[in-house]
Amino acid sequence: MSAVLELPDAFAANVPCPSVEAVATLNLVTKRFPSGVIALDDVSLTLRRGEVVALLGPNGAGKSTAVKLLMGLSSPTSGTVNIFGADPRNCSARLRTGVMLQVGRAPEMLRVHEHIELFRGYYPSPMAYADIIQVAGLDGIESRLFGQLSGGQKQRVLFALALAGDPDLIFLDEPTVGLDIKSRRSMWAQIELLAARGKTVLLTTHYLEEADSLAQRIVVIDKGRIVCEGTPAEVKSLGSSVPGAMNSRSVKIIRCVTAIPAHILLSIPGVTSATINGQFTTILASQAESTLRELLALDPSLHSIDVQSPKLEDAFLALTGDHE
Amino acid sequence: MSTATFEFPRTNYFTRNLTIFLREARYEFIRLLRTRSFSFSVAGFPVAFYLFFGIIMNRGQQIGAISVAKYVLASYTVFGMVGAALFGVGVGLAADLAAGWLDLKRASPMPPLAYVLAKCCSAVFFGILIVSLLALIGITLGHVSVTFVECARMFALTVVGVIPFVCMGLALALLVPFGSAPGITNMIYLPMSFCGGLWVPLMFLPHFMQTIAVLMPTYHLGQLMLGAFGYASRGTTLSHWCGLLGFTLLMLGIAAVALRRLEQNS
Repeated sequence: MSAVLELPDAFAANVPCPSVEAVATLNLVTKRFPSGVIALDDVSLTLRRGEVVALLGPNGAGKSTAVKLLMGLSSPTSGTVNIFGADPRNCSARLRTGVMLQVGRAPEMLRVHEHIELFRGYYPSPMAYADIIQVAGLDGIESRLFGQLSGGQKQRVLFALALAGDPDLIFLDEPTVGLDIKSRRSMWAQIELLAARGKTVLLTTHYLEEADSLAQRIVVIDKGRIVCEGTPAEVKSLGSSVPGAMNSRSVKIIRCVTAIPAHILLSIPGVTSATINGQFTTILASQAESTLRELLALDPSLHSIDVQSPKLEDAFLALTGDHE
Repeated sequence: MSTATFEFPRTNYFTRNLTIFLREARYEFIRLLRTRSFSFSVAGFPVAFYLFFGIIMNRGQQIGAISVAKYVLASYTVFGMVGAALFGVGVGLAADLAAGWLDLKRASPMPPLAYVLAKCCSAVFFGILIVSLLALIGITLGHVSVTFVECARMFALTVVGVIPFVCMGLALALLVPFGSAPGITNMIYLPMSFCGGLWVPLMFLPHFMQTIAVLMPTYHLGQLMLGAFGYASRGTTLSHWCGLLGFTLLMLGIAAVALRRLEQNS
């Protein structure tokens, strides 16, 4: 009984500590293109065994460059890239990796099972064929030509190809684009299972909800530099606190209709900012409960209270410089 | 005893790569075969041309000791295999590159050589397919008589002769953006075939065209194929092989430079 009760806590705090083996690293990597564009500027990133890391950033931030370097598709201008202690540009280093890219057109004239057989053959100890079909949800469409599949089915085949070799390090680039809710949830469940089995997953996505629910660690990149790194809760707090007042305690957003003026609000301990827009007052508080008690005591006519955790979207926009 | 255990991993590595290559080649060929637009046109054009120019138009004609139908058979088999190489490998690679599929393959543990060799092999298979089709038409409809040795020489030449054009396809795919790849390939393929004497025999072309023909790899391969039938008209066999070799090296050089440029920009 007590073991069952303890389990959720253990999972919630399951951010691997530095003593867990590092599976992939970018070490002081700079990538400069011949055109002069600096895609990555002195970036260091470590992926540890068993964690799901989400890489977030606006378009052109350097996410795809970072992931391509880790996949061995590109070489750094300076710095080192390492997966399982080897250079990812070597074929043999990639025997333990699986990749899912946003591919425009996979060979349309090959059947699903032919694609999977082809990719399984690259690896010395691939996942069982039946398991791949089940995990990727491809029952019933194995004999269809790739070109005959719907967008969501194509995504699932690409996911299957990433898992074909039973890899220990998996790169997923926008894995749930075009999937319906059921397929998306199912893929999330599979990704969580992978992490539970000790695999490492690096995920790039524009769906912040996906990063929020899947990732144990979020890395935000903007203009070639890492802006923020931490658990989803930490990133959300960092994004919504006043710049300079970085604290990792969880911040709450309190919205209400009240007559209390701004200067009094700011004097309440724990309030980091207060804005009044017409009728509505928005308060950022690092100690939500005591702030609420103060507010309710100060103004009996206060109404329409709404208490929320900061959204990852707002944190993300704040961190990557798109302020209102 | 110790050497046996030392060699085991090496053989394993080799067999695994061989299996990967064979599977790659098989699926590449199946995929091209299933792509009706490719398989029908790459085989259809030489067949159509041969039927018109070799069989129907010059019914039973001879020029001296040369059977026109047999002469033209040699030219159009070369025309067909060059097309198979340029469109199968060249345009195919350009498509994979543009779609990002090649990135996925490169990010996997697939040895890159397996991919290139597989494409080369499927071009060879298509070449043999086309040559067989044309030979069949020639023998049945054109009353062409081909000895077994001549047949063997024809197939052997097909297997080797495709290679310079596979390299050309590689170079084109790496240089030319995918959208314009088919158009540019045609713009090179058709004039190159004509100037090499594959459509109209060289002896009927104007004098200056006969001189520049030496620059065309299609001319060299065409002459070698005619030589397989005993019809060689100009140059020595060695000079033709040298011409093809030089062309292959040139194409590989261009491909290497284009590849480096692509990698630097990625």
